[in-house]
Amino acid sequence: MSEQAPASDAPGPVPGTPGPGPDDPQSGGHRARVSGRALWYSLRSGNAFIITVLALITALVVGGLLNAFTNTTVLHAWGDFFSAPGHALALAWDTAVGAYVEMFEGSIFNPHTVAALFSQASFGTAIHDGYLSAVFNPLSETCVQATPLILAGLAVALPYQAGMFNIGGQSQFIGGAIVATYLGYGVSMPVVVHVIACVIGGFVGGAAIGWIVGELKARTGAHEVIVTIMLNYVLAYFLAYLLSYGYLMQAPGTVNPITAPIAGNAHLPLLFGSHLRINAGFLLALACAAGIWWLLSRTTVGFEFRSVGKNPSAARVAGMNVERNWALVMLIAGGLAGLAGAAVIQGTDFTLNNQSFGTYGIDAITVALLGRGRPLGVVLAGLLFGALHAGAPLMQAATGTPVDMVEVLQAVVVLFIAAPPLIRAIFRLRAAGVAGVGEVLSKGWNA
Amino acid sequence: MELELTGITKRFGSLVANDHIDLSVAPAQVHALLGENGAGKSTLMNVLYGLLQPDEGQILIDGKPASFGSPRDAIAAGIGMVHQHFMLVPVFTVAENVTLGIEETRPLGLLDRRKARQDVRELSRRYGLDVDPDALVENLPVGIQQRVEIVKALVRQAKVLILDEPTAVLTPAETQDLFRIIGQLKAGGTSVVFISHKLKEVQAIADTITVLRRGAVVGERPPTASEDELAALMVGRNVQLRVSKQPAKPGDVVLEVSDLTVTDETGRVWVNGASFGVRAGEILGVAGVQGNGQTELCEALMGLRPTATGTVRLNGRDLTHATPRQRLRAGVAYVPEDRQEDGLIGDFAVADNIVLDTYDQPPFASGINLNLGAITAYATERVAEFDVRTTSVATPVGTLSGGNQQKVILARELGHEHKLLVASQPTRGLDVGSIEFVHRRIVEQRDHGVAVLIVSAELDEIYALADRIAVMYEGKITGFRPPTVPVSELGRLMAGSAEAAEATEATEAEAPGAGP
Repeated sequence: MSEQAPASDAPGPVPGTPGPGPDDPQSGGHRARVSGRALWYSLRSGNAFIITVLALITALVVGGLLNAFTNTTVLHAWGDFFSAPGHALALAWDTAVGAYVEMFEGSIFNPHTVAALFSQASFGTAIHDGYLSAVFNPLSETCVQATPLILAGLAVALPYQAGMFNIGGQSQFIGGAIVATYLGYGVSMPVVVHVIACVIGGFVGGAAIGWIVGELKARTGAHEVIVTIMLNYVLAYFLAYLLSYGYLMQAPGTVNPITAPIAGNAHLPLLFGSHLRINAGFLLALACAAGIWWLLSRTTVGFEFRSVGKNPSAARVAGMNVERNWALVMLIAGGLAGLAGAAVIQGTDFTLNNQSFGTYGIDAITVALLGRGRPLGVVLAGLLFGALHAGAPLMQAATGTPVDMVEVLQAVVVLFIAAPPLIRAIFRLRAAGVAGVGEVLSKGWNA
Repeated sequence: MELELTGITKRFGSLVANDHIDLSVAPAQVHALLGENGAGKSTLMNVLYGLLQPDEGQILIDGKPASFGSPRDAIAAGIGMVHQHFMLVPVFTVAENVTLGIEETRPLGLLDRRKARQDVRELSRRYGLDVDPDALVENLPVGIQQRVEIVKALVRQAKVLILDEPTAVLTPAETQDLFRIIGQLKAGGTSVVFISHKLKEVQAIADTITVLRRGAVVGERPPTASEDELAALMVGRNVQLRVSKQPAKPGDVVLEVSDLTVTDETGRVWVNGASFGVRAGEILGVAGVQGNGQTELCEALMGLRPTATGTVRLNGRDLTHATPRQRLRAGVAYVPEDRQEDGLIGDFAVADNIVLDTYDQPPFASGINLNLGAITAYATERVAEFDVRTTSVATPVGTLSGGNQQKVILARELGHEHKLLVASQPTRGLDVGSIEFVHRRIVEQRDHGVAVLIVSAELDEIYALADRIAVMYEGKITGFRPPTVPVSELGRLMAGSAEAAEATEATEAEAPGAGP
């Protein structure tokens, strides 16, 4: 039943409903009827899915054009356009496509590594010297980059299902990272226990920050968007403060705003040996996505979340405690963002500095938006953006295209998803019942 | 001006909302358009007003074809429309609202307010509208706001005035005033198209009645046609306009409300010292013009609003400060006034809505695990029992018609164990067929010994259902009456007339909870 309560289906008359006459002639039109399946929960609405794919394609095209028209070599070639038009066009094409090829090689699969693998004397030495790992390194990096994006994306997607807009991924990430890091270097624990304690600490740290937001909304009606934005500043400066004094969290013997490295026991275990960075954090992210899917679609708790999200008044009349749900949703969401912080610290960085939170808070919104607010969608979107981030360095090294191209691609994707009419106009699609995260975002969540 | 519609057809996808409709409105006539919800009345009027473009057919004005690309064209051709939901700016004065969009200016672009005020005064006098041009719209009662809408249309030189369900928001007295105004408009040469599903009103005011069913004209009748005939035309079969019911056999007092006062955050008193009781097996109907505290009374009974003073008891158990969930579990079934806002989650499946307040109870849940199979099975059973017309229980409830949505709510609320049924405006916006269904179910509940509290702004409904009538005015219960009370007396009570209130004392001495 829960599959029938998606975000993206605008109500419209169902063709063939045996009702007494034309009941609602005003909102005619066909509604895509796709039978819900658990795995396709996140991609259910055909229209929303098509819009998403087209938005991605459009973003790639725009990115390519941007690249072709800003690259200095190509710009010179454009100057000779009338004497050698073929040269300019070919160069433009090569630059645009070349950047994407490098990005692909950096994030998914690089043929050179396979060639290197087969040029080794024996398979045994190839594995020992890391040539096999080199083949899988791009995928590993993609997963590593995707891990915090998925976790933080879930921290936005879950509140979205409950009708709230969590822009506080950053503050909750910091909250989780602080606790996980402190437990990581400040406490000594046995092997398995230490890493688990740190992960739980990360959840608790983020959850505490999220809970403040939910509780303020529940008790005072403070809008979560305002509170989360403000808390982002509070936590960023709080972190800077912690990192400024040796008696707080600054590493001894340094003047830099950075903590001591966490203990080896607190590292998230690597999954495929020391040559690949992919670690248990990725599995944690997938498990959380599955857990959130289960929570939303298979439990009474999720039923309440979704009810409160869709229609708080009806939820209240049906006896649900709307305020308590707000607080609980933000608590869980904060915890998820906190896990993202823990995954970064324990999986790849091992120390906390005042830049550790990067742009995860904002990227999380992009991921949730692209994932249409559904757990599986978030995983796929997280992997996609993870791949962009993973491939960017190679792209820059090989073609000179700045890594900022990734930001451009993300921004364009969001622009097109938030404004479905744009995509419909570009591809001449018929207006259909696509009212998803994008539409909500462009109108303002919770408005 | 003579207005004629010929062969108007409007399709929405596979739905034919208007099917070759012919209609002609003679000058200075009141032409009623009668039909159930969804019969296509509003679509037709939207076509006429330029909001929708017809797929086929023509609009003729004085025999000449006209086409309206937008309401602006329709207004220019002399057509005015008063929507069911008023299009007024609350913080503007009457004169400002009337001139909005057609402001006349003096040199330097200054608004000519004097001219606007004069226009309003002049029209107000000519048609006996009694509208003060300088009053702020937000301070005006609904009935007067409606007249402002009429003035708006008249200032724009409307020769044909479309009134869409104009009496839905009015008291009986205001309705009489409206009818008087319609008479004067007619005398002044304006034609009126009066859209309604209320048979009595249509008979009272119309010169000609056109009945629509399923998008097509099914007949034209003079106002002398009998109510039964019109109802049968409208619904397509013979309907029982009044549920047959046996005299009530009241049992013990189930709901006991004493001295209940409800205020909102701003301190405004909505319910003022209400005391009453509802016995098992009786229906107490609360009559009153909307906005006199009935909504707040129901919400306070359900724990959706805090009570300032007083107590609410269910079978002797004090529920004054109980949460909505505690009340539901204690045996209260609640049909909220606004079914789309408070009763249903439109995007959720029918099945989800049927378990909306029992999803966490066995067999629908074990622990926090939802048992989807049990929910679907139960919903399927309830949908069949309540004759909800839907393709499946997985269909989003928001896509169903109003009548079917209300059936979903009833299927849910009457499904869990209950001793008290509180139903607020249970048939608002429903068609005649659905009203019959809902009324039958409510009477059935009473006969099973459930205490029933009905709040309705429709006097017909109160008379049809209630075993005892309470009237609310400005938060106070101004009197209890048996269902044999004449309309005029109820009307006086609803208007808060002092003499009526005094006359009540005797009745009230019978004590709350007394049977008729």
